[in-house]
Amino acid sequence: MEAMIQPLGLALDGLLALTLLWLAWRVLASADLFKSIVFFIAFGLVMALIWVRLGAPDVALAEAAIGAGLTGALFLAALSRLRQGEEGMANGTHLRRANGLRFGAQAALIGLLIALFLALGFALLSLQNEAPGLSREVADMLPASGVSNPVTAVLLNFRAYDTLLEMGVLLLAVIAAWSLSAAPKEAVDAPGPVLGGFVRLLLPPMILVSSYLLWVGAYAPGGAFQAGAVLAAAAVLLLLSGRSPRASGWLGWPLRVILSLGLAVFIAIGLALTFAGRLFLDYPPDEAGNIILVIEVVATVSIGATLAALFAGGRPQQDKRE
Amino acid sequence: MTAFYLGLASFLLITLAAGMWRILRGPSQADRMLAAQLFGTTAVAILLVLAQAMEQAALRDVSLVFALLAAVTVVAFVRRAWPPMIEETGEDA
Amino acid sequence: MLSQIATILLLLAGAAFFLAGTLGLLRFPDVYTRLHALTKADNVGLGLIVLGLALQAESWTAIGKMTLIWLLVLIASATGAHLVAQGALRKKIRSWKP
Repeated sequence: MEAMIQPLGLALDGLLALTLLWLAWRVLASADLFKSIVFFIAFGLVMALIWVRLGAPDVALAEAAIGAGLTGALFLAALSRLRQGEEGMANGTHLRRANGLRFGAQAALIGLLIALFLALGFALLSLQNEAPGLSREVADMLPASGVSNPVTAVLLNFRAYDTLLEMGVLLLAVIAAWSLSAAPKEAVDAPGPVLGGFVRLLLPPMILVSSYLLWVGAYAPGGAFQAGAVLAAAAVLLLLSGRSPRASGWLGWPLRVILSLGLAVFIAIGLALTFAGRLFLDYPPDEAGNIILVIEVVATVSIGATLAALFAGGRPQQDKRE
Repeated sequence: MTAFYLGLASFLLITLAAGMWRILRGPSQADRMLAAQLFGTTAVAILLVLAQAMEQAALRDVSLVFALLAAVTVVAFVRRAWPPMIEETGEDA
Repeated sequence: MLSQIATILLLLAGAAFFLAGTLGLLRFPDVYTRLHALTKADNVGLGLIVLGLALQAESWTAIGKMTLIWLLVLIASATGAHLVAQGALRKKIRSWKP
């Protein structure tokens, strides 16, 4: 039985890799955009399984939350807007197939791809067995980081700049989406008892799981991005069920404050540290755990709001009082 | 037991891969969406089995997230992306 | 040992339901019948697998978490099935007649 573990693991990994490649090809080659989206959702699932097999549960968690929950919904909403834009055109959502390449060109392309594949395979096989990477350095410095999950330590302490800039990228994405157009006024009918009850039932566990992922990130796979994505999925469910916050005052400045809070607090902490005589984002080891927790809490809320705003798809339009 | 778990995970993965025929074939968009929903559940099962096989409790959190968000895409499909009357056939055309 | 045999049997039974769900998805003739096949894998298949794994779980929290996962999938699949079936009916997708 024991001797079977390795070949079975290899079989599983090989199967995963083949499935992923086939899915990637179908995502790109399908002429029907809807089909591509469903293949992409399946691609996300298989990708998460592969991250698991590669020993990266943190990434698998992010892929699960963003790939399975959000990008699928985001693409479907985008597809429906594409259709609205192309109403009247026959098969508007079908990409026209590129005019077929000549046979010779096709053969040359396939030959080139095979050569590239062989070259890459050779390069991969001639690599050193195990590149040590920086895992030893991270392990050495882990006690000073304030958390015991090395991934969180890298993301929010050792390379906090990266995360700071990622927060900035998310904010820029929302600004870009808002400057392109106003959010479409979806004529959303009432959710009906089943969907309404479902959303009401599911929201509390979603918020709970989001907080759990945030908290557990200090010592196990989890963290702000995963927690924020779950929070965003909750908001997307609310938007889909027609409980839009349009009439409430939330879409004015409160939303903008929430969107930028993560980045603002991150920068404020960095500046406060420079005034205290340390380097930018150089946490004192005694306080590092608390600082990381504060940053992650605000980052979670901001990430959740950002992803939900991207799903809404444009500047919020508030209903004017009559 | 580990070998059995890995074999079971591979078997579940094969059923998942076989289900992709339905995405390819359709015929209606609802059929394709159903296949994606089955994949979600299969991935949850595979992750739970792998959590046991690889002795990594964290994988249960991954499958928890999958289970929690399983319905988001289906709801998005039904509420947003399902075109009103384009496909009436519902049969292999 | 006994618990291991029970686990193996339960997991195999669960896998059989997943196989049946996939076969139904592939072979059944219309959306409504395919929905019927699908929810068996969601409900019974995953339930049996959770039950089988719970016998080997290292702690009660692990069992609780797996039960929660199963309940969430149950709720999601029931809601999804209802929404898809209702939508298909409203869009007048015809049901299969032998």
